[in-house]
Amino acid sequence: MRIVLLFGLLAAVLAGCQEGPASADKAAARPDGARLYTQHCAACHGDEGDGGVGVPLNLPDFQYGVSDRFLKETIRHGRPGRVMPAFPTLSDAEVDALVRHLRTWAPGQPLTPTDETIEGDPRRGKALYDKHCVSCHGAQGEGGEGTGVTFSRPRDLPIIAPALNNSGFLAAASDKLIKAALMNGREGTPMPSFRKQGLSEQQIDDIVSYVRSFEQQPDPTAVGSADDEPLTISRESPHSVEETVAAVKRAAVGRNFRIIRTQTLEDGFFPEAEQNPDQVIVHFCNFDFLNRALAIDPRVGLFLPCRVTVAKHEGKVEVTAINPKRLAYLFNNAELNRLCEEMAQTYNAIIDEATF
Amino acid sequence: MMKRLTLLFSLLMLLTPAYSVDRLLMARTEQAFPEAMLKLQETIKKHGYTVSRVQRVDIGLTQFGYETDKYRVVFFGKAEEIRRMSSEYPQLIPYLPLKIAIFAEEEDTLMVSFSPLQLMETDEPELNSVLENWTADLQAMLADMRNDNE
Repeated sequence: MRIVLLFGLLAAVLAGCQEGPASADKAAARPDGARLYTQHCAACHGDEGDGGVGVPLNLPDFQYGVSDRFLKETIRHGRPGRVMPAFPTLSDAEVDALVRHLRTWAPGQPLTPTDETIEGDPRRGKALYDKHCVSCHGAQGEGGEGTGVTFSRPRDLPIIAPALNNSGFLAAASDKLIKAALMNGREGTPMPSFRKQGLSEQQIDDIVSYVRSFEQQPDPTAVGSADDEPLTISRESPHSVEETVAAVKRAAVGRNFRIIRTQTLEDGFFPEAEQNPDQVIVHFCNFDFLNRALAIDPRVGLFLPCRVTVAKHEGKVEVTAINPKRLAYLFNNAELNRLCEEMAQTYNAIIDEATF
Repeated sequence: MMKRLTLLFSLLMLLTPAYSVDRLLMARTEQAFPEAMLKLQETIKKHGYTVSRVQRVDIGLTQFGYETDKYRVVFFGKAEEIRRMSSEYPQLIPYLPLKIAIFAEEEDTLMVSFSPLQLMETDEPELNSVLENWTADLQAMLADMRNDNE
């Protein structure tokens, strides 16, 4: 009986996986683009695509200026090192549903995708790029500072200029799309129409060729794989828990950190007398460092203030901290990498000193 | 009999589409920060967790050009689970308790956490199962917070 039930279930799942003619049932089973957008995109791009942390998606010039393929490739690849994550685990049907949802904000005919290469002279294009584009997009196409994250800081522009040398951008944007942006501009953003500014179509083609040549350079914003980094920084201490906690505090204070709080891991979960005294967390902070980190990406506050844990396990005292370089993978923000490297060095130095 | 059941179950698992998990879990609510802060703590409790501490991360933010200093990290967990997991898997301790950062973004409030499954995925089935549960609970809490927009 159970086998029959399981076969029934299996048949139902298989039926759901099959492609077939459109039907009411199938339509009902289509991924819900609005729900997916709310889950994956709205926190940064706003509920109605107005932008905020991420770029505005509902501007008519953006909607008509980009193809569905550009949107799909952007969702798939993200922008390595520029906050916008890749969504490799979304199914094709889910990506399609997301794009359909984005298109509800500006129904009409968007740019038609094409693989046609725009023929231009990248050397002439570089001269034009240096004159017209560098001030916003950077000398190497690295984009505006801030990696798109503004959060609660004052902002005077609706978007931060995109990084044109970003591998995700170059994979998603066709020559035709880049040309259309240069020809028409993007109303509602600082991007002007360079036709209206007096450039000829050939000059615009030259700039497109130069931007495309960024593909020949290594992507400077790429963030490495998390698999390359251990989850934690850890050392065994030759001292007791109590002595090691004191040594961690001395080492942190010696590096200009202020001790914020010392607690057991179980603080807040069990009455004080029942807490495990052999799992101690030392919280410390350098406010200059904290503010530098938050200014780059406020989400990093999730891992602040700094903390080192001293825990006794199977007779050994271990001193452990999160590995900030592992976290760079989470945030996909190249500007954070340097600070993560700095913090990893600091954790290592504190733990080395405390376990000496 | 058991072999057949196991085979069928494995086949079902393979055919069931994997749900997608972002590395960073984020949610936006139109609620102002104080209301969102209260609602978040209620939501955490509703999902069976204990809030162990609320940490301020806002000292001096306005001096650095921020328009707001409304920034907190909410720590939470299930007492016995925290005790058991930290004992069996001490490498988790630096990432415990679970937490959600919450801060004001203009009129809205943003919440951020990370997927324990994405960050710490391992080959150990029992650990992975707990990481999956934590990730699913974090997603559900943030979904509840988003639903307040509707």
